[in-house]
Amino acid sequence: MIAELGAFSLVLALALSAAQVALSAAGRIRGSEPLRRAGEGAAGAAFLAVLVAFGALTVSFLTSDFSVANVAANSHTDKPLLYKVAGVWGSHEGSLLLWCLTLTGFGAAVALTGESLPKGLKASAVATQGALGVLFLAFAAFASNPFLRLNPVPVEGRSLNPLLQDPALALHPPFLYGGYVGFSVVFSLAVAALIEGRVDAAWARWVRPWTLAAWSLLTAGIALGAFWAYYELGWGGWWFWDPVENASFMPWLVGAALLHSAIVTEKRGALVGWTVFLALAAFSFSMLGAFLVRSGVLTSVHAFAVDPARGLVLLAILGVTAGSGFALFAWRAPAFAPGGVFAPISRESSLVLNNLFLAAATATVLLGTLYPLMLEAATGETISVGPAYFNLTFAPLMAAAALILPAGPLLAWKRGDLKGVIQRLTAAAGLAIAAAVLTYALVEPRKAFGAVGVGIGAWLVLGALAEVIERARVGRARAGEVWRRLKGLPRGAWGMTLGHLGLGVFVLGACVETGWKQESAEVLAPGRGLEVGGYALRLDRAGAVDGPNYLAERASVSVSKDGSTVCTAEPERRFFPAGGQTTSEVALCFRGLSDLYVVLGERRATAAGEPGWLVRAYWNPWARLIFLGPLLMAAGGLVSLSDRRLRLGVAARRAAASAKAEAAA
Amino acid sequence: MKRRLAALAAVLCMAAASDPSERLPDPAQEARARALFQDIRCVVCQNESIDDSEADLARDMRSLVREQVAAGRTDAEVRAYLLDRYGEFVLLTPRFNPANALLWLTPLAILLGASGFLWMSVRRARASDPAALSPEEEARLAALTNPLPGGHASAQTSPQEQPHLSER
Repeated sequence: MIAELGAFSLVLALALSAAQVALSAAGRIRGSEPLRRAGEGAAGAAFLAVLVAFGALTVSFLTSDFSVANVAANSHTDKPLLYKVAGVWGSHEGSLLLWCLTLTGFGAAVALTGESLPKGLKASAVATQGALGVLFLAFAAFASNPFLRLNPVPVEGRSLNPLLQDPALALHPPFLYGGYVGFSVVFSLAVAALIEGRVDAAWARWVRPWTLAAWSLLTAGIALGAFWAYYELGWGGWWFWDPVENASFMPWLVGAALLHSAIVTEKRGALVGWTVFLALAAFSFSMLGAFLVRSGVLTSVHAFAVDPARGLVLLAILGVTAGSGFALFAWRAPAFAPGGVFAPISRESSLVLNNLFLAAATATVLLGTLYPLMLEAATGETISVGPAYFNLTFAPLMAAAALILPAGPLLAWKRGDLKGVIQRLTAAAGLAIAAAVLTYALVEPRKAFGAVGVGIGAWLVLGALAEVIERARVGRARAGEVWRRLKGLPRGAWGMTLGHLGLGVFVLGACVETGWKQESAEVLAPGRGLEVGGYALRLDRAGAVDGPNYLAERASVSVSKDGSTVCTAEPERRFFPAGGQTTSEVALCFRGLSDLYVVLGERRATAAGEPGWLVRAYWNPWARLIFLGPLLMAAGGLVSLSDRRLRLGVAARRAAASAKAEAAA
Repeated sequence: MKRRLAALAAVLCMAAASDPSERLPDPAQEARARALFQDIRCVVCQNESIDDSEADLARDMRSLVREQVAAGRTDAEVRAYLLDRYGEFVLLTPRFNPANALLWLTPLAILLGASGFLWMSVRRARASDPAALSPEEEARLAALTNPLPGGHASAQTSPQEQPHLSER
């Protein structure tokens, strides 16, 4: 019954989305307020209908209703509550429903909150968002229905892949989809602006909060996924340049570029066409990602729901939406007036360079991801593009962007004073170079790459701080004045500082971890030990323990430094009878910013013939920073977003003023 | 020589790992083998290097590489051997050859092309001095700066935006 209610709601949502398109479009064409309002109401109702469908699937998972095929394939009565809920979005069908929920949710948010938007623009945007809803809901209802019944009903479900039964991964998809699908609003606003034929500073201001929200969620989602890979896969890797990771990274890069170019459009009226182009590109890359992940055209460690037929449908959706968006762009964008003029040394120029590097980096990631596919289609030859390619192409582009980054916020709009900026950044540059040189000279083993990375990370962190110091006149004004200035800084400025700081923190963590991680592995009998990163590890004992839906072997490994015990690691090796799979549960000892990472391997006889276990240990210096950095960036985005009240206030005042002007005219 | 020893020590820490039963007796050779593993694809896996993969074939490929290294082959010889046996697919870093030239050169081309475009637009902007307004522009500016009916020009509003407000 519940499943039928869900299936019905899904089809109802499809009908409501179609109504949303028709009503909003008619309202826009006829200039009719009631029709527009009805379209907005349909957007809200479509969201509620998908919410009911989503609730129905959740109930089916919670009650382990194995008559629903999707539940039978992805759940199990023994599964803990959190993973029964996470199972809802653990499969292709369920995650597509989550995608639709987010899509209609953002559509409803635009329809019901965007009071300050001009009426025509808003109606066009709501209609576009509705059209996206129609495409994805139709795909969900007709080709990926999660409510299909099974007959005969199995007694037990096949359970969720145990690797996915993890808190970070349970939360990873909702954040990730919030990001991917959040860009749909930006896409709709761009299409609406092209239809209306007008892009101005006010449009850029409306686009920015949605971009910020989507980008922050995507940042958090990617960081959660990387953290999951780091501690769940059992060898300490957190980024593999895998096609599916690249698929999530490309919208992130485009979103970052859009955040910056929208500022130029908002403040200076320049880069109008480019900002619209990025707004279309961000969601197009999200859809490309959905296609790559779900179609199985690329082999990936994350492959899920590989189905060429569904892939073809997704490719068609991508082609139709991105194709019409960019066609509209090609038709309407040339008419946009070029915006404000700026000198080669100015904040605009620094943001243009930022966009140049981010766009080139995105193109590189896209090329590296799709080249094997294109080459195979063209010549039949199969090649692999691995991490080394991205390290050689992507990393230098990003390093160049990082080098100019601290100068940007210090430059004035229109015409900047390069000499002044250089003076203000001298201390930061000096300290960063010193950090790199000292790292190279003092840290054993000597690594040039790691030292350069430390220098760049320090430059970003110190540059972000230098900007705050400059704004608050620290050291040049009295303490009271500095405090007053710090309190007076807008939230947007703090958000930028946090974002740039987060990038620096990430670079420091990524370079130090990659450069100086250490590894050690031995077959140990109880009482024996190994050494890694200056720590001595001793296997105290190992024995069997029972989990809720698994059987485990748990080892107790005492970790000591200079003779004193610092922590006890308890790595596990879990066997899940439901799926017949074995996973390893890593034990992490937090040592400040660094991790000691202990993995329990298989039971095996030692060289001396005693019974023992294979124990692997990794010393991952500064690994915490790899995940702290993106969290700071996401927090920066949210802080900046909280500045929105100000932005909406300005927009509302302006709307009121334009209404007044309309009345007077 | 000292530098080289330090570099070797760096790889040694990495080399201590992986399965101890597979390890080569000579630490320097083992270090070279581990470095090679990271750039060789496990050809039956989804997308993993033989350094990461626990698949049986990855284990076989590792022992193959270790044998080659133990027999004194250079890195290039080992790669060529694998290339011969498994094809281009096995190398995680594609070789620079005519088929892959596009892959390696496009990022550079994009960067150079975009920089060139920016350079041109800067020169064009300089050529047309923004300080001097044409007579028509002067007239438009005069019309725009007249007080508007609503009198709402905020500090944020640039002159270009105002005609839209008055049109509506």
